[in-house]
Parts: sequence; structure tokens; C-alpha cells
Amino acid sequence: MKINPSKCVACGNCTYVCPMGAIYIDPVIHRATINDDACVECYACFNGLSQEHLPPTVVRTIRKVLAFLRIRFDPEPDVCPTAAFEPNELTWPRVVRRAFSDPRVPHESTGVEGRGTEEVKTNDVTGRVKLGEVGFTIEFGRPGVGVRFREIQEACWALAQAGVTFEKKNPITSLMKDVSTGTLREDILGEKVMSAIVEVKAAATRTEEIIRLVWDVEKRIHTVVSIGVGVRCDADGEDTIVAPILERLGYKLERAKTNAGLGRVATATIAPKHDLVQA
Amino acid sequence: MTNTLHRFGDADSFRDDYVIFAIPARSNNPENTLPALRRFLEIAIEYKPVNLGDARNGGALRPSRSLSPLNHWWRDSSLNYQAVLDGLTHPTTCSAVFDNPTAAEDFLKRIKEEDLGLSVNISTSIDGAEQCCNHACIPRHSVGYSLGFEGETEKLPNSQVLMLSTMCGHGMISHSLAKKMIDFVKEGRRTPKEAASVLTRFCSCGVFNPVRAARIIEDARTKTT
Repeated sequence: MKINPSKCVACGNCTYVCPMGAIYIDPVIHRATINDDACVECYACFNGLSQEHLPPTVVRTIRKVLAFLRIRFDPEPDVCPTAAFEPNELTWPRVVRRAFSDPRVPHESTGVEGRGTEEVKTNDVTGRVKLGEVGFTIEFGRPGVGVRFREIQEACWALAQAGVTFEKKNPITSLMKDVSTGTLREDILGEKVMSAIVEVKAAATRTEEIIRLVWDVEKRIHTVVSIGVGVRCDADGEDTIVAPILERLGYKLERAKTNAGLGRVATATIAPKHDLVQA
Repeated sequence: MTNTLHRFGDADSFRDDYVIFAIPARSNNPENTLPALRRFLEIAIEYKPVNLGDARNGGALRPSRSLSPLNHWWRDSSLNYQAVLDGLTHPTTCSAVFDNPTAAEDFLKRIKEEDLGLSVNISTSIDGAEQCCNHACIPRHSVGYSLGFEGETEKLPNSQVLMLSTMCGHGMISHSLAKKMIDFVKEGRRTPKEAASVLTRFCSCGVFNPVRAARIIEDARTKTT
């Protein structure tokens, strides 16, 4: 992403909007500027800000006059008055930043936008996680901190060493040059993204072992981690296997995503050709 | 993805937050699900959701590409359900957000009766979702628990900001903007509802809950964390 300096009026609205805090007003050129290393190409600035198309010179003059008179200019806070944001043509490896950060862009590996996973949301159709199994979605960088692939690799190495199964249709798995060791491609290790999910499945009896493994990884990396644990309920709609383990580990279970089991397997299955978007 | 799973707050803070979404499995002939997804959204509107959306085009309150300067004084912040319906041209995740359990429970029951064949999930407190399922006489099929946030949590903002920003799991609502909108309300420059509308426009899939946001912002006006 770039900001056109001939358009920017340094109103500062975008500095608050950037989830990574990568935009600032440069005191020398008096224009909003993007820290390219911190920017994850999420497009929150470009997509989220409403745009006006006002003449930059007029806006700058008004702002200068009001500032001189110490009058606070109080426009809407989610507007770029001159539509100054302009997307860059992204090349490899920087393009992976956008794939993992802009929810409207599909991952090439899965054809899925967002973080590219279905977890147990479609378990009623796919049967991916069966009774007695547990599916983990271990998300690094969320919420609002970001992560570099080098740190995600730490987790992948540890999980691979524990012998868990990486979800094949997952964007992180697709970036591994060796799935057996959890080693990611070297050319992306320095890239920063909003967040990324490592998705694994194991027997429910290994729940505690895997969580303790993630706790250990957390000590070696410099970001936040959000763990999701997916289980298949029994015929009565209860989970009597995994929830007690999680509570014994000290987790207070407050929120969940509950699959109501209304999905139906289509009679004629054909391979999807278009990009699906997952929330 | 796990977009609505990791909302920050205790179970009680989700008393006005019920996200129900329909999703076609990638492996399950999703091309044919468009009519069912559209029907899902049409039915949802009958139950007066506080937001509605699809993961490709956004929610019922969206940013404008050509805003008039007059909008700084008279800005339309009403929910545009029709835009969501019109924008649904490809199979994707469709969601409806409700601010009360009765609407959520009745909606789920109706969706079950309609038998759309889509995977339907409820994202809220564990008890709240279970009550929805009980009301519709559905045993829960699967559950995805949120274990909250771990690691270097000192990098996270205070709980009020976090409750707002995590209502977009895609991370499109920055902590800074959430804090700014709380400050705007504290200063009397915006109402909680206006501040919530600003945040809602950044959500790219329509799962942000403006009613819960306004309540959190109102709380934050007078209470510190």
C-alpha cells in the first residue's frame, strides 16, 4: 500500500485505522507515511476508510487556517478526504502478507479467503473431527499484534516433532517445504502478517500434551496466540471428553462456535472451481 | 476461519451478541448453495438482525467510495439489508447478528424447519448457543471452544478496547480506532451509537455487533478497566 503524497493532507485519520500502527505523519514532509516493514498489506486503510475526493490544496489551506486559529477541525474519523491510498503491485514474497492479512483475498493454496480454514464449522458435512478426536486452530498474531513466519515456524517444528497431523488444506501447511518437519519456505520467514493459523488434529487423549507444547512455544516467540479447540459432540449433543481436560488446565470456557448439525452432504459432488470466502 | 470465535469478554458480555452463520463446505458442491444462502439471509431479516453480511462483500453498513462533504453533518448510518442480498453472487459464508436470545433462538428454529442443507453455526457464549439448540430441539453437532489470548498479552490494550476490536476477528478494526472512538464519546464528540457505526464500517464480513459495541462504549464512558 502507498499513500500518494500529492493527495495526502495529513489529517491523521488513517494513523488510527491501521491495525498494525504502521502509518504516521512524517514531520519532515508533513504527509502520512507507511512503515513498509510493519505494514501487513491488510488493506484496512484502503477498504475501510470512506473516501471523499476533495481538492488537496483547498483542504490543506482550510486545515492551516483552522490550526492557526486553534480551532479544532472535527471531521468524521473514518474518512480519507482526498482518497490518497493507492494499492501497490505486490510481488513475491511480500504478496503473502496480503494473502494472510486482507480477508477478501483468497489463499492460492486453498482458494479460501480470510485465514483459510473451515475447522469444525462444516464438521457436520465433512466429518473432519470425529468423536474422540480434537482439532486445534492455533492462531499466531491475533488480536492486532501481527506475527512473522519465523515465529510460526517455531510452533510448526514443535508440533511436527510431536507427530501431529497438519491439516492439508491450510495455507500455512501449503507454505511448508517439508511437512514432516514443519519447515517453512525460507523466503517468507521474514514476512509479517496480521495472523496465521496452524491447524492440527490429534486424538483427544493428546489434548493436554499439545496445549502444553503450545505454552512452551509461546515462551520463545514475541506475539500473542489464540487457541481454538474443535470437538465432535456425542449423540446427546454433549462434549464430556475435551471440555473437562481444558478446564483442568485452567481454562474458563466462555465462548464457542457451535455447529448445529444442519448441514447435508450434497448428492452430486463436483470440485469447486471458484473461490470460497470463509468468515 | 475463526473470525467470530475469539471475541473478548466473559459469558455475560455476550448476552446481546449472537452471530449465526451459514457456510457451504468446500468439499460439498458449493456452487449449488447460492439459493439456500440467499434464503438464509432473507429469513434472517425477518428476525431483525443488528447486522447482516457475507464474507465477500461486507455487512449492512459499509464505507463509501464517494462520500459527499455534507455527510460529515448528515451521514446515513442505517443498515442496508438489501445491499447484502444484492451483493450475494457467489457462495460464501453468510451471517446474521442478533442482540437478543429470543430472536436468535427463533431464527435457528426457523432455519431448521426450512432445511436449507447448509452448515449452520452459532457463535456466542457456550450456554447461549446451547439454549438456541435446545429451543430448536437440535443436539449440538460440534463445538469449537475459544481458549482466549495467550503469549505476550502485555502487547494487548485494555479490556474495553479489546472487546470492541475483537468483534472483527479479521483484525480490520484496530485497537487504536476502538480507543479513539471511546475517547470521542468520553469527550462528548460522538454518541456511543455514532461511534459504534464508525467501527461497524470497517468490518469486512458483517459480523460486527453495533449494539454490543454501543453498550461497551457507553460503559467505557464512565468506567475504567
